[in-house]
Amino acid sequence: MSTDQWLGLVTGVLFGFLLQKGRVLRFEKQVGAMLLKDMTIFKFMLSAILVGMVGIVLLTDAGIVTLGHKSMNLGAVLLGGALFGAGWAVMGFCPGTSVGALGEGRWHAVFAIAGMVAGAALYAELYPFFKSTVIAWKDFGKIGLPETLGVSPWVIIPLFGAGTIFLFLWFEKKGL
Amino acid sequence: MSWKTGDGGWSPYLAGALVGILAIASVYATTRWLGKSSYLGASTTFVRAAGLLERTVSPDHVEANAYFTKEKVRVDWQFMLVLGIFLGALIGSATDGSFKLESVPPTWEKRFGPSVWKRAAGAILGGMVAMVGARMADGCPSGHGLSGMMQLSVSAFVALAMFFVVGVFIAALVYGRRS
Repeated sequence: MSTDQWLGLVTGVLFGFLLQKGRVLRFEKQVGAMLLKDMTIFKFMLSAILVGMVGIVLLTDAGIVTLGHKSMNLGAVLLGGALFGAGWAVMGFCPGTSVGALGEGRWHAVFAIAGMVAGAALYAELYPFFKSTVIAWKDFGKIGLPETLGVSPWVIIPLFGAGTIFLFLWFEKKGL
Repeated sequence: MSWKTGDGGWSPYLAGALVGILAIASVYATTRWLGKSSYLGASTTFVRAAGLLERTVSPDHVEANAYFTKEKVRVDWQFMLVLGIFLGALIGSATDGSFKLESVPPTWEKRFGPSVWKRAAGAILGGMVAMVGARMADGCPSGHGLSGMMQLSVSAFVALAMFFVVGVFIAALVYGRRS
């Protein structure tokens, strides 16, 4: 195996281990969040985002890493996001957690994985059509929130952090 | 608040924060050793898996497809990362007794019964719709939800909001609020 494959594998094993320990791989946790009954995946995701945000902005400020924003393509993100949300609710997994759920013994995740591989194949066939329609509508490009709002990321991060902690306190109070 | 859950799991705050550290280390490592900052993601791997499978039947078709050409059908860093998630989850669950063979998720069973075929139909259909959406939006809860949010990408905020709002709406329709 090449260096990039080894690095990916090691990173993935650690990622999968932590997803498993956080108990976020399960159908029950994902659907539980969408039914607004169990906020475990939000506690997990927002904790990861908050910590990661500080480190990545620091490393970017220091010129050590570069950001890789995904395009703010209006039609694609809105319609694609909506389709993903609808499919996610029925499937009960997202792409990363489906393979992790299989690792935990929840073998029915093979159906979700098969469906997603089929969906990817379907998307590859439909790509020329989407490219000339929904993707061609309006693209704001690879933009970040700080430059869009005209403020430093160090203004946004504390506000995001305060909002997140407030939300966590509310989850705990409500027993979600 | 406890750092351990009743079933031997870790607090989602702790496990999540550790994923944040892993994400930072991973961006640093990919920049340092692979020459390009790569962020955690998963859904592009499903495109590559589809391409690898199709290639065994019809290599010319994959070769001629614009999307497979764009995303490059190969076993890359992210592909191995997704395989690693499987292994990591297997190790985690096998070492703390939470590994469990399950043919139908309990919440699903409560609403649709114990039929594996019904579950298979729902998961395959849901999976297809979700993956078409994820590729259109150029990311899933890993690529947009974690990596995009960490970078304060505008697209991530919009995508995550759409994922969740539509997910809540469809979940209420499918499983019923009171089930």
